[in-house]
Amino acid sequence: MKKKWLVTLLVLTMTSLLWGCGAKSSSSSKGETSVLDAGAGESATELSYWTFVELHGQHFEKMLEKWNKANPDRQIKLNVTVMPYDDMHNKLSIAVQTGVGAPDIADIELGKYPDFMKGTPQLEPLDDVVKPYKDTVVQSQLDLYSKDGTVYGLSTHVGASVAFYNTEILKEAGVDYKTIVTWDDFKKAGMQVYEKTGKYMGTADTSATWQESMMLAQQGADFTDEAGNPKVNSEQMIKGLSILKDLKDNNVIATIAGGQPDTEEAYGEFNSGNYATAFMPLWEMSRYTNYMADLSGKIAIAPIPVIEKGMPRSYGGGGTATVVTKTAKDVQLAKEFIAYAKLSLDANIEIWNTLGFDPINMDVWDMKDVTHNPENKFVKYFVNNPFDVLNDIKSEIKLIKSTPASPTINNILCTVTLNEIFEDGKDIKKALDDAQAQIEQELK
Amino acid sequence: MIKRFLYSQKVAPYVFVLPFILIFLIFWVYPLGSSLSMSFQKVTLGQDAQWVGFDNYTKLMGDKTFFKAVANSAIYMVLTLVILIPFPMLFAVLINSKLMWAREFFKSSFFFPALTSVVVAGTIFRLMFGEMEGSMINSILGLFGIEPMKFLKGQVTGYIALVALATWRWTGVNMLYFLSGLKNIPDDYYEAASIDGASRFQKFTKITMPLLKPTSIYVLTISIYAGLAMFIESMMLWNGNNSPKNIGLTIVGYLYRQGIEKNNLGYAAAVGIVLLAITMIINLTQLAFSGMFKKED
Repeated sequence: MKKKWLVTLLVLTMTSLLWGCGAKSSSSSKGETSVLDAGAGESATELSYWTFVELHGQHFEKMLEKWNKANPDRQIKLNVTVMPYDDMHNKLSIAVQTGVGAPDIADIELGKYPDFMKGTPQLEPLDDVVKPYKDTVVQSQLDLYSKDGTVYGLSTHVGASVAFYNTEILKEAGVDYKTIVTWDDFKKAGMQVYEKTGKYMGTADTSATWQESMMLAQQGADFTDEAGNPKVNSEQMIKGLSILKDLKDNNVIATIAGGQPDTEEAYGEFNSGNYATAFMPLWEMSRYTNYMADLSGKIAIAPIPVIEKGMPRSYGGGGTATVVTKTAKDVQLAKEFIAYAKLSLDANIEIWNTLGFDPINMDVWDMKDVTHNPENKFVKYFVNNPFDVLNDIKSEIKLIKSTPASPTINNILCTVTLNEIFEDGKDIKKALDDAQAQIEQELK
Repeated sequence: MIKRFLYSQKVAPYVFVLPFILIFLIFWVYPLGSSLSMSFQKVTLGQDAQWVGFDNYTKLMGDKTFFKAVANSAIYMVLTLVILIPFPMLFAVLINSKLMWAREFFKSSFFFPALTSVVVAGTIFRLMFGEMEGSMINSILGLFGIEPMKFLKGQVTGYIALVALATWRWTGVNMLYFLSGLKNIPDDYYEAASIDGASRFQKFTKITMPLLKPTSIYVLTISIYAGLAMFIESMMLWNGNNSPKNIGLTIVGYLYRQGIEKNNLGYAAAVGIVLLAITMIINLTQLAFSGMFKKED
């Protein structure tokens, strides 16, 4: 009898080890930390900053220099830690949850942001530092990161979505991208491209919802209803996906390695000229300059095609909010610094210069000397100037809401539904009904 | 007095097992207890948890993704058992054979993959099984005129990649267990069998297999829970915890998704308790059948 217990105990020990195994991987990547002192003196306050995009650190470095010069008595040293996307958000949520080990300042991506807004947000309200800049920036970008009227995160960009056309391929097929207005035009052009060159006009994304957002925005719809409840099997969603599916069936678009344009595999595919078009938020520009050097001078930016002429041609996609945690060392200093580094006019100009994003201070969009600076690497890379397109669609940039249900909606669509539709050819209505049921189940 | 205490035959064993008991209590029993209580709670970021009774469990019973994860883990476990027990045993016997040459070389080359990090191995396998024409497996298939395949997007092909990774990595380790088991079988038995005119095959089935039973049971037990606990391999192979249509989602992966990625620790704790129950049931049944609970003669 004793022995039986011993064996049971032993098995219990071993199976308990399972949990140990599960937890290990989170420590697999610690990220890289670098200290930016940017001319700060001995008395500078040290603040820590976590991000998942290396480039964001570069932007902060520039702004930090300016801040330290302007505020000699309140200088800052910034410890920047760059971690992979999932790791950073997971670690941040555990740190915020336990109240131990969180940085003073952090970046949170829009897709993960609602998780941090559940219940009482464990982040510092930023209303007081936003106030001086309130009239200069796009209100909807402040609302995007607010809860009950209080701002908790500062947006980086508008993320207006546009079409990126590879003019070399289009030329070869005898297509002029400027004549593409509706999806019908796009389909005709795409069939011509496939026939003449054997290349695909665009991608059918399976691991991101940029294309679905774009289709919904055109029809004035969203993934959720007015009350924020998920509604992914709406008529508009079915219509949007039917158009995409039809494009895929006609070899106009095809699935891509990596599942969407903003992945390493896809950069390679685009760079080798296998796909002619990407419909992405404007920040995809920095991916072109960084990862697709071969396409320099070949990519043109244009408004996205619409279902019917006159429909809105863009929506704000993706986004990153910079936040201050409740456990920050010097809350007020951190708040004032991020407001300065994200909302001031200088900051907005630098966001375009360094990151190639469409700044949320729209006055910058009209500053010709900034936007058309011939030395700017983005201006050099693209066939036309992005701001010419942006100013054209300025009043048509819709917003896809971010709700507590959004992370779940995204997860189900990107892992299951879009794969079923584009890879397996499952009936669109059936796939969306299943998705709706699963989302409701998970949100219970 | 102290001397008497230290030399006491009654106390000594308890002193020796004390470190284990302490570690067991602090790092296993306590977390086990708190996850059990957490599985009856709703835990939200930075706020007090609420008691919700069996809510997490009833929700779990209607959760298709969870059952998908259970099925995935179970299939993976069965596949690894089918491959990772007979083949390592065979290789061990071959390497242990007197006719074998370059024995040490084979031993170390089989064992070598176990020394690499899963993260590195998983990444390399992901690239090998990539869906582009230029990826390694697809270019090999191309030599035979087979169209490029999207390995990591299909259930069956995805599992081929996953099991290939497991086989590559664990064959050597299991082989080593069997080798040490083989070393414990005295040569006399084989000699005696030879004199009686037993064939090679008979020797294998009548001497080697039965005497390897304790090793086999050990390997089987650890393989069962390693199979059910698999997580990092899938996470690395699909570059994240979200594989297309959840083809690579395991139970621990689902626990991670709910607990860490979605901050739903109460629900994740319920997943963990169910996982513990499943592994305990399978392992105890298996051990009971193999006679581990029988009184030793």
